[in-house]
Amino acid sequence: MASKKKSESPQTADSETLKSLLHSMLLQRRFEEKVGEAYALGKIGGFCHLYIGQEAVSTGTLSMLREDDYVITTYRDHGQAIARGMTPRSVMAELFGRIDGCSRGKGGSMHLFDRNLNFLGGHGIVGGHVPLAAGVGFAIKYRGGDQVIICFMGESVVNTGAFHEALNMAALWKLPCVFVIENNKYGMGTAVERAAAIKDLSTRAASYDGMYAEHVDGQDVMAVRDATSRALTHARKGQPVLLEVRTYRYMGHSMSDAVSGTYRTKAELDEYLKRDPINLFRAKLLESGDLSEEQFAAMEQEIKAIVQDSWDFADASPEPPAESLYEDVLVTTES
Amino acid sequence: MAVITYREALNQALREEMARDDRVFLMGEEVAQYNGAYKVSKGLLDEFGEMRVVDTPITELGFAGVGVGAAMVGLRPVIEFMTWNFAVLALDQVVNSAAKMLYMSGGQYPVPIVFRGPNGAALQLSAQHSQAFESWLAHIPGLKVVTPGTPYDAKGLLKAAIRDDNPVIVLEGEMLYNTKGEVPEDDYIVPIGKADLKREGDHCSIITSGKMVLVAMNAADQLAKEGIRVDVVDLRTVRPMDVEAITASVRKTNRAVVLEEGWEIAGIGAQVVDYIQRECFDDLDAPVVRVHQADVPMPYAKGLERAAKPDLAKTIAAVKKVMYVD
Repeated sequence: MASKKKSESPQTADSETLKSLLHSMLLQRRFEEKVGEAYALGKIGGFCHLYIGQEAVSTGTLSMLREDDYVITTYRDHGQAIARGMTPRSVMAELFGRIDGCSRGKGGSMHLFDRNLNFLGGHGIVGGHVPLAAGVGFAIKYRGGDQVIICFMGESVVNTGAFHEALNMAALWKLPCVFVIENNKYGMGTAVERAAAIKDLSTRAASYDGMYAEHVDGQDVMAVRDATSRALTHARKGQPVLLEVRTYRYMGHSMSDAVSGTYRTKAELDEYLKRDPINLFRAKLLESGDLSEEQFAAMEQEIKAIVQDSWDFADASPEPPAESLYEDVLVTTES
Repeated sequence: MAVITYREALNQALREEMARDDRVFLMGEEVAQYNGAYKVSKGLLDEFGEMRVVDTPITELGFAGVGVGAAMVGLRPVIEFMTWNFAVLALDQVVNSAAKMLYMSGGQYPVPIVFRGPNGAALQLSAQHSQAFESWLAHIPGLKVVTPGTPYDAKGLLKAAIRDDNPVIVLEGEMLYNTKGEVPEDDYIVPIGKADLKREGDHCSIITSGKMVLVAMNAADQLAKEGIRVDVVDLRTVRPMDVEAITASVRKTNRAVVLEEGWEIAGIGAQVVDYIQRECFDDLDAPVVRVHQADVPMPYAKGLERAAKPDLAKTIAAVKKVMYVD
């Protein structure tokens, strides 16, 4: 995660920063491949939505954020959790439903939270978390702070009432919110053009005076950083932003769904696989000389060990104790 | 002690808690410039300014969520619904966000928020504006639900709700706003989860809450003239429910009527009766009788509306039934 002092200019990224971006994306990818394996073995249950293919969005945006900024997202939250700096151990243990998980085994895949990182959770009702983001923006303004909140959402959210209600208030009250639409083209199995009566999703912002909007290639991490930089500049001044990031989901909607089939063709998937954000960025760094093949191989090895360690840690972590069933329903202290 | 209205009592509670804690703010439709649809927030905009008394667009789902988000990062919102009938649009935020956040975050994110507004029927507002939501909300773990029936309880419970670190639902009554009662001027709270024995008697218990407390008190007055002494247990909080107060009363009287404003099926009364059969099975001298709204959407016509609502006559009849008189 970027430190508070770090420059927000994506253009001045040095070799180390560039490699850290690749590292962040590759860690998410390898972590989730391991998650898929664990799911197949029954180590992980319930709904489990993989982020594979969208890693340039989480890394590109969150690498620009300060420590005291806020993040909120949907149920497809593993990638952003890791990009924000949550440890693979705490995320994997949560997926395994263990006590050392970030939400003590109460939330699972869809509800990753980390208060220390201002990671306000993965939320399971499509559109439901967007008003929460406006509320965090309201609290920032109430206190006179200069933080922002980034609110991630899938493209299907733009058709919900909650989205409109939240964006209207964010614009009306000039709240420091960056609403990031991760347009991966499908709301479960329904293509965006079959669900939204609008082609260019960022133009939804035209409904709200003063809202800044743009769209960006979500497979290009540097382009995402660039757009995020502009978005943050606006948001820190109290101008909310709608940023559409065009990306693609390489896996099924959740682990229970087919990767392709009735709703999208294998040929379409293959076409998008040619623009894998990690492959594109790796090639770019190899070409520019910011990365060598040896360094990349070493990075792969290191990440492989981190991911295996997260599995071992999660597997060894105890189940939540029976008495925890009734804990955390209510806070017992009063202020 | 000063005699003030239920409306003024709520206004005092808001004013005192906002003065006490600058994290507390009030948000809702017409709460600021208009001084509140029912004038509960009268004068607060002038006193606390527009950052702390916030008019919203008509977007219950949206501003309920704004409140939850603000509470997650340390503010203490009071969200006013113009009526709970409109809050049905916001239930996703109340049920899925506010009530579950602490649990699904493994204890990391408490949501210290109050959702409040008038609940239940007024007069001839017909089906969509005349619903009592106690049982809907009391069903949800992670919420507390209070139902003040007097000015004293309204002020004390709202103050307790604002100071509570959990989501608290405050169900007020449109027909209660003008009712008067004694309210102390000094700082006090009414503890959430504690019932109040509003009237003592040893023949029959009436267990009730909210607006129906007045009906129960009137029934007790009428019945006293016939020599029937009624215990009136005002639950004040319907989640968590004061089971001890219910059982103590029923063990004394051996007979109970459960009076509520809402519908019968899966209503609050069903829960009260369950506690009674579990805890007081051997104490009962008669089956418990419930008084509630007729199992229909609220009609508009005066006569039909009267027939649909729980009232004094139905309550008296119920007490006589469990007393085996008439």
